[in-house]
This record gives sequence, C-alpha cells and structure tokens, in this order.
Amino acid sequence: MAHALVAEKHPLDDLIRRDRMPHIWCPGCGIGIVMRCYAQAILESGIPVERHVVVSGIGCTARVPGYMNLDSYHATHGRPIPFAIGIKLVKPELTVTVFSGDGDLAAIGGNHLIHAARRNVDIKVICINNFNYGMTGGQVGPTTPLGARTTTTPYGNPEHPFNLPYLLAAAGAVFVSRWTTLHVRQIKQDILYSFRKPGFTFIEVLAPCPVGFGRPNDIEDGVEEMRIYRRRSQLVYRVPEEVPWEALEVDLREERPIYVGRFVDREREVFQPIRLTSKG
Amino acid sequence: MKGRGVLTGVHFMHGDHACAEGAIAAGCRFFAGYPITPSTEIAERLAQRLPEVGGVFIQMEDEIASIVAVIGASAAGARAMTATSGPGFSLMMESIGLAAMMEIPCVIVDVQRGSPSTGLPTLPGQADVMQARWGSHGDYEIAAYAPWSPQEMFDLTILAFNVADRFRIPVMVMADEVVGHMVERVVIPPEDQIPRWERKRPRYPAGDGFRPFAIEDEDLVPPMAHAGEGYRVHFTGLTHDERGYPDMSAETHHRLVSRLVEKVRRNASQMIRYDAYALDDAKIVVISYGCTARSARRAVADARRMGIPAGLLRLISLWPFPADVVRELARQAEVFIVAEMNLGQMICEVERYVSQPVKGVFHAGGAMIPPDPILQAIREVAFHGSRAGGGKTSAG
Ligand SMILES: Cc1ncc(C[n+]2csc(CCOP(=O)(O)OP(=O)(O)O)c2C)c(N)n1
Ligand code: SF4
Ligand SMILES: [Mg+2]
Repeated sequence: MAHALVAEKHPLDDLIRRDRMPHIWCPGCGIGIVMRCYAQAILESGIPVERHVVVSGIGCTARVPGYMNLDSYHATHGRPIPFAIGIKLVKPELTVTVFSGDGDLAAIGGNHLIHAARRNVDIKVICINNFNYGMTGGQVGPTTPLGARTTTTPYGNPEHPFNLPYLLAAAGAVFVSRWTTLHVRQIKQDILYSFRKPGFTFIEVLAPCPVGFGRPNDIEDGVEEMRIYRRRSQLVYRVPEEVPWEALEVDLREERPIYVGRFVDREREVFQPIRLTSKG
Repeated sequence: MKGRGVLTGVHFMHGDHACAEGAIAAGCRFFAGYPITPSTEIAERLAQRLPEVGGVFIQMEDEIASIVAVIGASAAGARAMTATSGPGFSLMMESIGLAAMMEIPCVIVDVQRGSPSTGLPTLPGQADVMQARWGSHGDYEIAAYAPWSPQEMFDLTILAFNVADRFRIPVMVMADEVVGHMVERVVIPPEDQIPRWERKRPRYPAGDGFRPFAIEDEDLVPPMAHAGEGYRVHFTGLTHDERGYPDMSAETHHRLVSRLVEKVRRNASQMIRYDAYALDDAKIVVISYGCTARSARRAVADARRMGIPAGLLRLISLWPFPADVVRELARQAEVFIVAEMNLGQMICEVERYVSQPVKGVFHAGGAMIPPDPILQAIREVAFHGSRAGGGKTSAG
C-alpha cells in the first residue's frame, strides 16, 4: 500500500489569505477556479508579488481580491476600473488587474469598461460571466440570454444580452479572449499573456452559478454546466474569418457552439498621461 | 521644460485658477474630473499645469469615474483631487462614502451653482453645504471649507489636502460661482512656507503582521500603506476589522463606524477655521460664509457706523462646525442672524447650539445676497429687540 503524501506547503500558499478561509462561494461555483488560475499566473509571471495589485467592484466575483494576499481593493459596485486607473497612472510599474463580475463590469460599470478600452489604459480585466447577478440572488444581468429565467425575469428575459468580446473589440481592447471554467490552462495562459501585453486586456470566463443561473434554467448543478462547456465549446482562431462576431453571443440553453479562444490580439498605442518632465 | 510648482509672488488671479495653484502648491499630482460650469477652469488650469510638474491629469467619462480614480490614485500614494459642481457632486456621493470607509484621503472641490438639478449653471448657489456633510449614506464625518476669495481658494485648497492626509478623510472645498469666477489679488508664498501635514505611514517595514486599520495613537488615525509597497493590504468598503478583512458582526461595525466619526470629532480643533469681525461686544451676531460673507461684512460695518452692536462670525470650516465658538457667542448675543445663499441650511446647525432667536437671510441662489437685506435684518432686530428675531427673511 502506498503512503499518502501530505504536502506541508502548497506553492500558492503565499498568494492566498489563508486566514480568510473558508470562502463565501457556493458549492459548484466557478469563481474559485478562476482565482486559482490568477494566482498561478502571478506565481509564474516573474513579476514580484509586491508589484501585483488587484481591484474589484461588488459581487460574488468581486470577493476575489479579499482572498488574494496582494495589495487588494474592493471598491464600489461598478467602479473597479476607474479605481485601477487611478492606481496605475500613479504607479505605472505596478501590474493592476481588475477581477469582477459581468454585472459589475458591464451593467453598472459599463461606461467605465468601454471608455477604458477606448483609451487603451494598461490594466488587465478578468470578467467572470455567470449570466446573472449572483450575489444579490440571481437577478437578470447584462449577459443573461434572451428568454432565460432569473428572479426578476420570472416569465423569461425580454432583453438581449451583451456579447462581451464583440463589445470590447469594438471599444478598442488590444487583447480579448474567452474561456470557460473548464479551460484552466488557457485561462492561466491568457492571464500570463495579458500581464505582458501592454494596454487594455479583457478575459471573459464563463462560469457556473448553479444557484443563481443554473437552477432556474434547468442546469442541474455546477458539474452539469461544466459538461455543457465540454460538449459545446468550440475553439476559434480568427474572428470574423471563421465565425462572425455575432456568433459569439452565448446561450447555454440552446444546443449551439460556445465559441472560445483569443479573438483579439493587436497593437494600439497605450494610454499615457501627458508628461513634460521626466520626473516630478 | 520644468514648470514651477509654486508660483511664488503676487498675482491678479481667477478664483478657480487660484484653487488649481493651491493644489499644485500642496503637492497634488493627480487630478481626474469631468467638465462642469463653474468649476471647469480648475480642470483646464490643471490640464496645463500638472504635466509641467510631473503630475497626472485625466478627464474621465463622468464624475463617478473621476472621484473613484482620485481615490485609487490616493491609495497608490498621490495627493489627488477632483473638482465639480452640484450635479457632479451628487454623482460622487456613493464613493465619497467609500473614501471615508477606506480612510483614503482625497480632496473634492464643489464650485456651487444654483440648484437643485441642472439649476443655474453659470450663477452662484450655496445649497450643497448640507450635502457635503450628509450626502453619502451612513454615518461618517468629513471636513469642508468655504472660501470667500480667490486668496482663500488657494489657501483652503492647501489646507484641504493637509487635513485629508493628516486624518485620512475626504475633504471638500465648498466654493461658489462668485468666488470661483472672481479675479482678485492672490499672494502665493515661497515654497518653504507652504504648510504641509503628512500622511501617517507605517512605522515598520513590510512583513507579516501589519494591521492596516489598527489604532496605535490617541488621534484614532491608522498609518496608511500604499499600493505597491509590499504590505499586501486589503481595503474594502465592507465593514472590516483591524486587518482590513470583512467582518459582518454588529460589534465590529459599531466599533469601526464610531471610530470614523470620533476620529473627526476628537481632532476637530485642528480642522476648524473661522474669522471673527467686530464680535467682541456684539449683541447681534451675523453668521455667514463664502461669497455671502462678503456682503455680511459690509452690512455689519454699516451697522456699526449706525451705532448698532453687530458682529460677524465667518465660517471658514463649515464642517466640522465651530460649535464651541457659537456656544461661546451665545453667552453675549441677544440674537443671531444667518445669511446664506440657500433657503436655510447652516442655520439649522446654529439653532442646535443657541437658545436665542435665530433669524435667516436667505436666497435660493442665482445672484449674491447684497449687503442691504442683511443690514435690514440687523436693523430690524436692533430696533425691535430680540422679539423680532426668529423670522426668516427672503433676500430675493
Ligand atoms: C450601487 C449598488 N447597487 C446595487 C448593489 C447590489 N449588488 C451587489 S452585487 C450586485 C450584482 C453583482 O453581479 P455580478 O457583477 O455579475 O457579480 P456576481 O455576483 O454574479 O459574481 C448588485 C446588484 C450594490 N452593492 N451597489
Ligand atoms: S451565488 Fe452564484 S456566483 Fe455567487 S457564490 Fe453562489 S454560485 Fe457563485
Ligand atoms: Mg454575475
């Protein structure tokens, strides 16, 4: 019989505030998976931990900074991007990541999202899209598919969702990718890549919220949603050559592909405040 | 080209520009804002001046983004400011509460115009003074100053930065369109005479065990670590413990919010500023601030010439309110008159501390209250005694 190997120390120990465990997330929630990818990317980035800063707004996803053993800021709902811009412009040597939810970033904070992309300010956005407002109990959000049920759309959502990669591509982000919580390697890889890519980067991760979105939409649990991701994720290398931008819209309830991949990777001049002196 | 930080010398300067120069002299190196009359000249001046001194100017997409970027910049260690007027001030309120809760210093200039809503964009008002104190939800305390001249636009902007940094609170400069757009003599002292109160900083190098909200001193102000210094701090608008960690207990909440409030109350004497004019033997005490105080001073001078024992208490700090000074005046005064360009805001504060009649001279805004209605109010109470007090006079 082999002996069980008990590791005294996990490589990510230093990056997680262990004194804050257990976390608040529900069983089957996808947020923790992405947080782990972020931590792993920091570890592999070669950038000293002290130079990483993480900022969020409000929501389940926005609790991530509270668990990361970094300089971490949990701002008002919708406002992590301007908060991050303030930090980045004062200390350009820092790698500033915004880690927040679809509602936080694309509804209440939607204006900041598109303007930051337009400016191409050098911040790294990781957006967990769970198709609803998880924290407040599963209400409709800006990415909830047409017809989907939530606690505030009991008869089905009468609105169209945002197609986030398309929005960000149009607004000017230099890097836009999408994965699901099944794609842990790719998520980590893209976060790492975004650290090195100057400018406004946006990584959307589709994640199960079994409580808020899954249950009312006949997705049994987190595992069931992961199965949907496995069955229907389809890698795209070039948009719109392979598929039109419009096809990137997601509806988990329909039997059609969920396109994932790096949709945008381009160069644009990065926002710099005007400076007339070398040092002030 | 290396621009000068402090424009030492005697100037004939626009109030908004004096505010911008005060910010530069105070070491402000980050401004985020969104244009709005009558504050826009502050942004325009700083757009020109900040790059000269190595600072950052950014025009954001709205006032919410502006105040939040300012808070972020301050979290990274900069002295940071925004400037706006009523509509933008309203948009900033939620995150002013965030700054109070996170104890991140910041300066907000509100060049008040006629309000509510879009009101009178190009004309003065003083009706945001209660909003400055109470505008964000919850219990918290801030400091707010009301300049009455371009010189004070300069001086009080510097004071605002010092108070913000020293006590880790949002501080407001509650100017008005008259003062913002007025051109007057402004004396800018040599750089080494610009007062500077520093932010309290961690006493120990980064390492395990720094508790960012632990109180070590009587003043209830915790030392502040900035982003990128290795302290690995967590800041949240949620109720938090000494480590900065969220803690949803009633005890922690009561302790934290009480400290945030007590921090300002306990240190109020260092923040309070006022000006006394002919108060020594005054029986009729006029209280006013900002541009209205200019008229009030004239009215008091005229009253004195008529032999009426009137005096003026000019509020420079609206918040903290100089309650002790007003209480002290209540020992000699027979009647108080409050003159302000709103329909009765700071008068409520005066009424809290005195038992004498308090008469208001009000105007909803759009034009300065001239000396006349204030003088008329003084004469009424002088000739009819305090029985005539307590009424409200419309200056309009
Ligand atoms: C100004 C404001 N409005 C509303 C709320 C309530 N609220 C908290 S989180 C949230 C939605 C979060 O949704 P999302 O960003 O998608 O995060 P998730 O919980 O799904 O991860 C809302 C509406 C708030 N905190 N502040
Ligand atoms: S409500 Fe949804 S998003 Fe929030 S923790 Fe639970 S599963 Fe995750
Ligand atoms: Mg969500």
